[in-house]
Amino acid sequence: MNRKTNGFKLFPTIFGILLLFPFFWMVSSSLKNGVEAFATPPTLLPKHPTLENYRNVFQILDMPRLFLNSIAVSATVVFLQLSTSAFAGFAFARLNFRGKNAIFMVYLATMMIPFQVIIVPLFIEMRQLGLIDSYLGLGLPMMVSAFGVFLMRQAMLAIPRELEEAAIIDGAGSFRIFIAIALPLCIPSLAALAILSFMSVWNAYLWPLVIIFSPEKMTLPLALSNLHGENLTDWPMVMAATTLAVIPIAIVYLVLQRQITQSFLTAGLKG
Amino acid sequence: MIRPKQGRTALLFIAPSFIPLLMFFVIPMISAGVISFTEWDLLTPPRWVGLANFQELIHDQDFLLSLRNTLLFILGYLPLVLILGLSAALALDRKFRGSNALRAAYFLPVITSWVIVALLWKWILNPNGGLVNSLLAQIGIQGPGWWTSKSWSMASVIIPSAWKDMGYVMLLLLAGLQSIPPEYKEAAAIDGASKRQILLKITLPLLTPALFFVLVISLINNFQVFDQIWVMTQGGPEGSTSVVVQQIVKNSFDYGHMGYASAMSMVLFVIIMLITGIQLRLQKRWVNYE
Repeated sequence: MNRKTNGFKLFPTIFGILLLFPFFWMVSSSLKNGVEAFATPPTLLPKHPTLENYRNVFQILDMPRLFLNSIAVSATVVFLQLSTSAFAGFAFARLNFRGKNAIFMVYLATMMIPFQVIIVPLFIEMRQLGLIDSYLGLGLPMMVSAFGVFLMRQAMLAIPRELEEAAIIDGAGSFRIFIAIALPLCIPSLAALAILSFMSVWNAYLWPLVIIFSPEKMTLPLALSNLHGENLTDWPMVMAATTLAVIPIAIVYLVLQRQITQSFLTAGLKG
Repeated sequence: MIRPKQGRTALLFIAPSFIPLLMFFVIPMISAGVISFTEWDLLTPPRWVGLANFQELIHDQDFLLSLRNTLLFILGYLPLVLILGLSAALALDRKFRGSNALRAAYFLPVITSWVIVALLWKWILNPNGGLVNSLLAQIGIQGPGWWTSKSWSMASVIIPSAWKDMGYVMLLLLAGLQSIPPEYKEAAAIDGASKRQILLKITLPLLTPALFFVLVISLINNFQVFDQIWVMTQGGPEGSTSVVVQQIVKNSFDYGHMGYASAMSMVLFVIIMLITGIQLRLQKRWVNYE
């Protein structure tokens, strides 16, 4: 019996170590000098650890600036997605108006539109608005999430009617009910949506690639992808850059692991 | 309690999302359809060409190759990610010491961006001095050219993709496994069923709705595959990893063929809608939520 449970644990553990090994290799490579990084047989840990690659990254890329860009764009988009979704979700869940179902169907339908399909007309639209190579052009198409509206509607539908009616008797208007009752009760859903939208904006690649050209406006993934050339790539330096980019996300993940996996699950099952 | 019409208030609540939704989703979607019937280089006014773009698509070797490559990618990626994700979910379904930590570890690649995953694996699969080929050299095997080789490039982009997505598949399947009432397995065990029988006769059949769901999501997502392939191979060598979205990007932003690229987008859209349609039809038969 005992032996069996041990064997059961061994396989997933070895598998987990293998699965995480690429991350270990990334950090290890980033600390090796150019000769050792390409050495055969490969060394597991750097024999002569060096921070030279990190120095090179900071010389080639304006890392603080890139981080700030990514943080600013992500934070703004998350804020906009949360507020637009909460407002609309409240209207669909708690307000009574003509055409409600038809309008909600439009939201549901847009959930099925793949971004890759509308990228060409979206680019043309941004060009006509004069928003190419600008943060407005980058962020505007991401400011609304139909999935977010759907999620917030679900959350707000679950609010007991008695709470709302008590507030109405106290003379509260819709806006007051939204702020004082609906929003506080929907914090778990708002948090899940915040995590999901942050991840998708922080990691976004195709749209930034299409719309942003100036190096000083680039987000982290875009600048990283420009680091490697066709033939001569300084891999230890690239690994130093990716390590720097992974660390903050890994820390956030360690702290919020349960919430993050839970929100991915929500997105998977409802989206 | 009959509530009064709240049209004006509703308008205020809905407008902040509805106007952007129209501007950045609905109008572009309709435009994509309209532009696909035109020839438009953005410099001169668009010219109506009817179905010409679509007729050209059927004979466009580059586009057909990209469709074939996308299918090939999915054919390699799907079994790999499903088997890995399913094994992980089955292994971690029961609680044991360290099972939560392992779940967290398996999920870490999921939250890493495609660009980082692609760069990392490009280095690991580097033909000269990359980890895999160096290890192969140790046991006397001359490793392949991976992403520099026409015959290995597809495998080189499939492996990192499955590595990154495996944790997500595991997460969804774990939720599916946990929704199976434990009584079924207990009853079977009392009747003397072996672990293997329980797995094959009870767990897997009851997991098919979740597996089907994962399959459909993966299909929809991976017909749109682009990021990791673009970073690793830019579609090369010799177009051996060029995919549909890359053809759209190339034709629109490199060649300025907006109409032609939109026609490709519409083909992609129809494929994805077909998969969604099949899912909606079969979902009623396969899946029972709650």
